[in-house]
Amino acid sequence: MRDKRMTAAEVAAELADGMTIGIGGWGSRRKPMALVRAIVASPLRDLTVVSYGGPDVGLLCAAGKVRRVVFGFVTLDTIPYDPHFSRARQTGAVQVRELDEGMLQCGLRAAAHRLPFLPIRAGLGSDVLALDPSLRTVRSPYDDGEELIAMPALPLDAALVHLNRADRHGNAQYLGPDPYFDDLFCLAAGRRYVSCEQVVPTAELAGPGAAAAPQSLLLNRMMVDGVVEAPGGAHPTSCVPDYGRDEAFQRHYAEAARDPVTWTGFAGRFLADGEPAYRAAVQEWAA
Amino acid sequence: MTGQLVSGDGRSGDHRHSRPVSRADVCVAACADLFADDGEILASPMGLIPSLGARLARLTSAPDLLLSDGEATLLGPDGAPEGWLPFRQVFDVVAYGRRHVVMGANQVDRYGNQNISCIGPHDRPVRQLLGMRGAPGNTVNHRTSYWVPRHSARVLVDAVDVVSGVGYDRARAGGLRFHDVHRVVTNLAVFDFETPDGAIRLRSVHPGVDVAEVAAQTGFAVRTDDVPVTRTPSAAELELLRTVLDPDGRREKEVPTP
Repeated sequence: MRDKRMTAAEVAAELADGMTIGIGGWGSRRKPMALVRAIVASPLRDLTVVSYGGPDVGLLCAAGKVRRVVFGFVTLDTIPYDPHFSRARQTGAVQVRELDEGMLQCGLRAAAHRLPFLPIRAGLGSDVLALDPSLRTVRSPYDDGEELIAMPALPLDAALVHLNRADRHGNAQYLGPDPYFDDLFCLAAGRRYVSCEQVVPTAELAGPGAAAAPQSLLLNRMMVDGVVEAPGGAHPTSCVPDYGRDEAFQRHYAEAARDPVTWTGFAGRFLADGEPAYRAAVQEWAA
Repeated sequence: MTGQLVSGDGRSGDHRHSRPVSRADVCVAACADLFADDGEILASPMGLIPSLGARLARLTSAPDLLLSDGEATLLGPDGAPEGWLPFRQVFDVVAYGRRHVVMGANQVDRYGNQNISCIGPHDRPVRQLLGMRGAPGNTVNHRTSYWVPRHSARVLVDAVDVVSGVGYDRARAGGLRFHDVHRVVTNLAVFDFETPDGAIRLRSVHPGVDVAEVAAQTGFAVRTDDVPVTRTPSAAELELLRTVLDPDGRREKEVPTP
């Protein structure tokens, strides 16, 4: 079996300008932030980002990496709005495709199932339809004749997700309460990258004596192309039970949106030199 | 029946009669009343006052409600986990229809259309908000209510800037058969949609609130004759709120009594 371990920088190097990138997690929870930071540090640009958005979206917008955001919401959870995303929207710096959150799941599922679309009721009557003239409806071919949204597939060039544990082959495990939609993001993507808190031998994931049951193995190796060991890789978002959200640092991140000078200072201090330097800078900031 | 659920330690008996009922208490009871007919469904209250309302309803008028911890676990009334409901299963419940969500609203209009997306033109908003979230799907699949902690004509508007949650005008035009926007509870009043054309109607004003004040702070026309007063919570409900559900009085910070 292949050893798929690689670095976050190597993941970013496999991506290309203009790609559509799906990012797992939910709001400010279990976001693959180490991989996002690697994109920030790379020359990549003009990305389309598909996300149940949190600081992943805000950070990429602030760094000028994003052309378009496909989203149902962007929130930092304990802070309602991500000010970096707000600024990008309010200055017209990014285009958006705004969907109901169930429609986003439906589009990923259609892509995962290699279908052109899947029907869903969500979106009917709302401005989701008016704001996206490319959206179509479909009428049931059965006697009921109900009209539904024909949610088009949302195929991804690449998916980035962060889980608690993985082995070097790409079997990966979540230990928190919610899998979110990380498996679906991988199934909808051409290239699939998982970062994790710790790479462990396969037997330690759910074998005899392991703390977790086999149903915690959300991803299997046929769904994964690259494995990145990134301790603290979801910071400042939560990655329970390994750690909760770093609320103080998240506030600091949000405050950096105040003006271009504060952002430049934040980026220079935390984002310039890779993950070990990031962790050291966060530790120094917190001290 | 509700009296049996009150903790019997006797310590709270004195101030129950001496402390006045607060505006927040009234709002929590009005939110509890939202769930009265719901039976064994998932209650999804967003925010403190609706959450207290749902938990109060489960201890009194709606004992079969299911409630989550805000993450992925369903908790029984005693706080013990009774089920697992990650977001993917919440989406299934939305489509299944056995759910009553109480959402916030940056704007609500006279047909119950709700906006949580943005203010101003969508391609370059004056103010970006949360995003559509689940509002389009919620409103076409199951019962939806709204909680407005600061009633003003900027929130209760004639027409919303962006339709996130679907109102009655659009639902009727589109024949949306599961659409069921129930009520809007604010810090001043309760609205419903029990009118022939689904237009919003002032259902009650909270005790101590002048109907003229509600009319002045609302961006669409409201009736001002013979408007009932929102009920005050019962002694048993106040006891539960003060001793079990919110002993620290967090609700008073969200809705101060004038």
